[in-house]
Amino acid sequence: MKSLEELKAIKAQMQNKVVLRKASGETRIVVGMATCGIAAGARPVLNAFVEGVAEAGLGENVIVTQTGCIGICQYEPVVEVYTKDEEKVTYVKMTAERAKEVIEKHIKGGKPIAEYTIGALKK
Amino acid sequence: MDEFSLYVLDITMNSVRAGADKINIELIEDDEWLLFTVRDDGCGMTKEQLANLENPFFTTRTTRKVGLGIPFLKMLAEMTGGELSITSSHISESEEHGTVIFAKFGKNHIDFIPLGDMIGTLKTLIQGAPDIDFVYRHKTENGEVTLSCAEIREVLGDVSLGEPEILAWIGDYLLEQYEGLNNN
Repeated sequence: MKSLEELKAIKAQMQNKVVLRKASGETRIVVGMATCGIAAGARPVLNAFVEGVAEAGLGENVIVTQTGCIGICQYEPVVEVYTKDEEKVTYVKMTAERAKEVIEKHIKGGKPIAEYTIGALKK
Repeated sequence: MDEFSLYVLDITMNSVRAGADKINIELIEDDEWLLFTVRDDGCGMTKEQLANLENPFFTTRTTRKVGLGIPFLKMLAEMTGGELSITSSHISESEEHGTVIFAKFGKNHIDFIPLGDMIGTLKTLIQGAPDIDFVYRHKTENGEVTLSCAEIREVLGDVSLGEPEILAWIGDYLLEQYEGLNNN
């Protein structure tokens, strides 16, 4: 059985790490979670980013957050990636699979995936 | 939306945006009905907002002109022979401010939808608002699943509930309870 005792152990392991994380946070991944996003499938996208960032060990520099509707409901699920150096990148019609790819190629590799961005859609 | 848990996520987001400190989410099932209640201590709604709540062309947001959360929930409730009711008192009118959304669904009705991933919904809510005291209770005829974020926070101290390791633990904790429910 899962118990609150078990949580104490996890807490002890984590405390040092958390201090580090608060100090940096250079990259922000923002997932739209209003009615439009939720209806289009944003929940699994968000969870894929949260888990993917943790699995890749990127937690110290990357923060995953939620936002409301940004006004392009027809392209939901929408994900915005803010990094220190580049311009904001807006991904549209995201899926959990695409989220994993974005972590691999963009967040880790530094190369945005052009074909998933809003720019590619409008052409 | 094709899962009930997505409605729960969407409606509860309203409470998060209302600046609530504490949000109760309750699902109670018998063999015929599913009763769903969200209760928050957020800023509440003014009389004008309340009067317009079921109007999809009314929204407080500025990025688009429609608000479909409540209309969607009301439609699903009424389609399945149930109902929706809302009470709210605005922060300017009462010290006991907050909102209660109650909806009743005929769970055997052909238009009702699967419950879906409630654990995913709760993890998403906590990830987005780790400082809110969510209290979750899902009661069926086989038993109940519960979660209290305040209780977890007491153990964690200054470690956020939004940390991936903690969210994973919360997911497992709920999953274990749901498995127990299904085996009863």
